[in-house]
Amino acid sequence: MKILVRFALLWVGLVAAPAQAAINVLACEPEWAALAQEIAGNKARVTSATTPNQDPHRIEARPSLIARARVADLVICTGAELEIGWLPLLLSESGNARIRPGAPGYLEVARHVPLIEKPDTVDRSMGDVHASGNPHLHLDPRNLILAAGALSARLVQLDASNAAWYTARTKDFQARMSTAIERWQGQAAALKNVPVAVHHKTWSYLLVWLEMRATVDLEPKPGVDPSVAYLGQVLNQIKTTPVKMVLYANYFSPRASQWLSERAKVPAVQLPYTVGGSPGARDLFGLFDDLIAKLLAGAA
Amino acid sequence: MKHSLLITTLAWTLMAPLTASAQNDAAGATTDASNPEISLILQGRYFNTDGEGHIVGFLPAGHGHGEGSGRGFTLDHSELAVGGSIDPYFRGLALFAIAAEEIETEEAWIQTTSIGGGVTIKAGRYLSGIGYTNEIHPHAWDFADQNLAYSATLGEHHIHDGVQLKWVAPTPVFLEFGVEKGQGANWVDRSNMGSHAAYVHVGGDAGESVAWRGGVSYLRLRADDREGDFDDDNDVETEVSFDGKSEYWMLDFVLKWAPGGNARDRNFKIQGEFLRRLDTGELTCEDNTADGGACGGITDTYRARQTGWYLQGIYQFAPRWRAGYRFDRLNVGTLEFGPGYAGVFSDPDFVPQRNTVMVDFSPTEFSRFRVQWARSSITPDGKDTQVALQYVHSLGKHGAHRF
Repeated sequence: MKILVRFALLWVGLVAAPAQAAINVLACEPEWAALAQEIAGNKARVTSATTPNQDPHRIEARPSLIARARVADLVICTGAELEIGWLPLLLSESGNARIRPGAPGYLEVARHVPLIEKPDTVDRSMGDVHASGNPHLHLDPRNLILAAGALSARLVQLDASNAAWYTARTKDFQARMSTAIERWQGQAAALKNVPVAVHHKTWSYLLVWLEMRATVDLEPKPGVDPSVAYLGQVLNQIKTTPVKMVLYANYFSPRASQWLSERAKVPAVQLPYTVGGSPGARDLFGLFDDLIAKLLAGAA
Repeated sequence: MKHSLLITTLAWTLMAPLTASAQNDAAGATTDASNPEISLILQGRYFNTDGEGHIVGFLPAGHGHGEGSGRGFTLDHSELAVGGSIDPYFRGLALFAIAAEEIETEEAWIQTTSIGGGVTIKAGRYLSGIGYTNEIHPHAWDFADQNLAYSATLGEHHIHDGVQLKWVAPTPVFLEFGVEKGQGANWVDRSNMGSHAAYVHVGGDAGESVAWRGGVSYLRLRADDREGDFDDDNDVETEVSFDGKSEYWMLDFVLKWAPGGNARDRNFKIQGEFLRRLDTGELTCEDNTADGGACGGITDTYRARQTGWYLQGIYQFAPRWRAGYRFDRLNVGTLEFGPGYAGVFSDPDFVPQRNTVMVDFSPTEFSRFRVQWARSSITPDGKDTQVALQYVHSLGKHGAHRF
């Protein structure tokens, strides 16, 4: 009898083992997949719902994403309404209660970092404004340190048996990131107060961190594509208030930025928006190495 | 006894996740959307046709919202939706369709959010999960009107008053099963309408740029006094009504392409559905002898096997511009009339079809203008040309669109 029980336990252990071996993490964007990889290492199976070439505002709740949400133990997303067009549908259609809002398996990074550009009033006539603030928050690396802490706490809650592992890796990541931030700030000293034109408010966090100045936006309103007439106005403004370069994300069409670049005789600089957005942006550290290198080249 | 056990089990299933999340921090507890989300869809159109506009030879279940009628400028279908999380266990939505002179409750349902295991239960009035287009609201249609296969056999949608159980399998490929039981919400007399539906949807990605979904659905309805128009053997139109049973089989497929998965600048969508319906029961035709018709108010048996399909493609060729083409076809099929109908009805010998093209322009994701042109032969009398100009604007917090 005892042997039978032992055998049964062993069998259960074998069957259950693969399921427990790794936590299933579904990240909404590649930066959070990269962060989860840093913190959890081989204790998690991490996938990203979006690729670096996709505009995270405009994703569809396609069947493959519902299937991935169905088996996820944890979803980590930006929040601040960035994923409002698709994430709620993934959560409700997957029927997975582990990741519904309010559950430990649902993490919005925006709730754990200070947001900027919070509008006083929100009206659609102002364009696609996010009521809770600018959601492109991973582009200030100091926010990654905060996000790592929040993610680590959730992983510990979901998988207490590996608490020491997560905590140690988080400390290590935070230390490496702090060192890197100092290095980047040193490299980017020359960028201080450099005026730039931006296409969309993608770069606000990066510019605030590096103390650069966005003097003009190519979009007439957030999320509204510029017309040629509007670009003409931007060009006139640049003539009176010069900029050093035009910044656009890798997932944007370069046309508007190049149009302006040719006429204003300043470089149009394509920047990786997230991990994987350029060959150099292989991980979170590579992303900022590449961002700063490209900004320095553009300002030179 | 059995019932109390069921209730206990259900209550436990619902409560279990709460205890699990009790130690969770309050942050991250809600999305940023205000609760409830309220949205208003404003739609209006100009419509012109040189034909009759309604389909002959089919008995549409339910009714459309002025399909084919309403020439000139009309408010074709505004929608007011209120929805959101109710508590940690349920969410709900009510959607009212507002035509110029009537308000209809198109949807009003609650759905579980905490059962887990891929299971959701919905109760109330909802758009049935059959097919592909059935769950898509008119404001999200790619054309100004519904495809012919749906409008000829289902009305614009099949709306259920009842319960829906869905299960998403924990598989790498999307696999969803659904069963529904209730009554069709569209008929005047709904007292004995048994409506049952079952469906399977499969979907996934093919590389970075392609996403797809396909499905098979079955629907069985009881029909009570379902009305339609038939052409009799004297070529006079008569109103008919049908009592009996309808069985539907549907196949649906949609494939979307966007270069590198980035639909921002360019994307393409191809979508098609095939629908087969078998009606068995009794048909009554209204006395039209005064107009020279052949029907003297007869009731006799009726059995029809009819099919319809459409195929459409939508191409977004620039960030705010899309163009689309749709081909619709119905097969009036095999009709078997009882002996009482000898010399009154015979098999119709025409194939209703329609070609539609459209172009739309969306200044933002919240506003859209559309021009549509269609050439259709849905009556035996000949071809109609239809032109529609349409605006579809949305205001307020608006739920995410389905794939």
